[in-house]
Amino acid sequence: MIRFDNVSKRYPGGYEALSNVSFDMQTGAMAFLTGHSGAGKSTLLKLVALIERVTRGQLFLNGQNVTRISTRRIPYIRRKIGFIFQDHHLLFDRTVFDNVALPLIIAGYRHQEVGRRVRAALDKVGLLQKERLYPITLSGGEQQRVGIARAVVNKPMLLLADEPTGNLDPELSREIMNLFASFNDVGVSVLIASHDLQLIGELDYPVLSLSQGRLVQPGADAA
Amino acid sequence: MRLSGKNQRHSRHHWSTNLRRLLSPRTFLQRHAQVALDSLGRLFRNGVATLMTAAVIGIALALPSGLYLLLDNLHRLSGSWEGQASLSVFLKQEVDTDTARRLADSVASWPEINAVQLVTPQQALQEFSEHSGFADVLGLLEDNPLPVVLIVTPATGQTDPAASSALQERLSDLPETDLAQLDLQWVQRLAAILDIARRGVLIISALLALAVLLVIGNTIRLEIQNRREEILVTKLIGATNAFVRRPFLYSGTWYGIFGALLAWTLVEAGFWLLSAPVGKLVGLYQGDFTLETLPLVLLGLLMFAGVLLGLLGSWLAVGRHLHAIEPS
Repeated sequence: MIRFDNVSKRYPGGYEALSNVSFDMQTGAMAFLTGHSGAGKSTLLKLVALIERVTRGQLFLNGQNVTRISTRRIPYIRRKIGFIFQDHHLLFDRTVFDNVALPLIIAGYRHQEVGRRVRAALDKVGLLQKERLYPITLSGGEQQRVGIARAVVNKPMLLLADEPTGNLDPELSREIMNLFASFNDVGVSVLIASHDLQLIGELDYPVLSLSQGRLVQPGADAA
Repeated sequence: MRLSGKNQRHSRHHWSTNLRRLLSPRTFLQRHAQVALDSLGRLFRNGVATLMTAAVIGIALALPSGLYLLLDNLHRLSGSWEGQASLSVFLKQEVDTDTARRLADSVASWPEINAVQLVTPQQALQEFSEHSGFADVLGLLEDNPLPVVLIVTPATGQTDPAASSALQERLSDLPETDLAQLDLQWVQRLAAILDIARRGVLIISALLALAVLLVIGNTIRLEIQNRREEILVTKLIGATNAFVRRPFLYSGTWYGIFGALLAWTLVEAGFWLLSAPVGKLVGLYQGDFTLETLPLVLLGLLMFAGVLLGLLGSWLAVGRHLHAIEPS
């Protein structure tokens, strides 16, 4: 699903955020991405989301080489990826329903289809009763779950989450992680950046550890 | 490093886009209608700000169209006079009525002449005393000081300035002529002045169209800034530039439409206010002239101009500012 082939990312100004990173995440896999802040977690996710472009090396998504993909085609790649952000990025001037519906509207789904899929997604995250509310009236955990519903509503093949539990207490974090696991169970590939090592330790999934822009052996970074 | 999944049964099937769904015309129209209504709703929620922008556009559109209509009416009025342009040929004092009558017959046979009317000194004096109110004074005169006058109407197609002055010259050259005068020379001068004024209105129109473009462009630029977060999020979840652009283009179009409606109302109201005094003035000249605005044509043209400027203005703003907003 995601293949990094000796990928380096150098920002303007010379700072090298990632150096010679190689890994191959298979379709249907779920993995964690850890490392101290500044280790390159966000940069790695941004490369996958095509927000930043690779400086050296090759990047493959679902077998397709997207290293030099044209800007015009990026939106269509992004539609197949669900993003979950630490600060949700919800639009506060629209209802929960409209927030979740956004990816479907962008992809041009029929009106009836939009309603059906949005309710299915909200049902999955347990917020079906709150579709008419505005995100501001929801708790932090609920807002995060709206963000997740929006990420999965389009049935993406790949979910990317950047510190999805960063602002949540341990119990809510566990709930969110279980939600991701349930999506993985139905075949969605999931890559989660997190520094919550304790929670990661409780779950039995492969871990990619980054340290100063390089991949290190799992566990080596834990100390 | 190689990360394997717990299950590998996921197929490639929904990695490819469902083209049929995207190309369905019904869905396409539905999306556009939705965005158009959404933009409209947003404008209504902004109430006063929208109204002020629309008012600026309306006034900027009303000014040139009002001026142009006014000129058009003046031109129509002067045109109706121009059609009856005639020349007065004052004969020398010593020419008597019989000679004048023969002269009138011969002039009437010229190809460029439509008709010749002979006014004897007696008729002229009578007409003058009736209209001038000097009847008493004129009665004191011992003899009639007025000459015989031929009123010459050129043939149709001979009323343009060049033909008129050629005819005037030919009549002046007659030995019996004292003075050949083009009666409606001032109408032709007015027409020339109107042509200049029309050119002026064109220049004003161009400048005000530019102003409308800038106003709409600036309004859309502000709207783009206000919706920065929304643009970022939609781009992040796969919105194409066309998708992001669409609501702003509709906003610009709506501004144009509102501006055009307002301009139309302003022009029609202005002409309605003018119609009473103009009627009074025309009444003084025993004319039957009324101001005309052709409301439907005007509305159509204003709508066309408004939509065009709205689209163009928002297109410029979107083109300049949307690319600057990219997720990072």
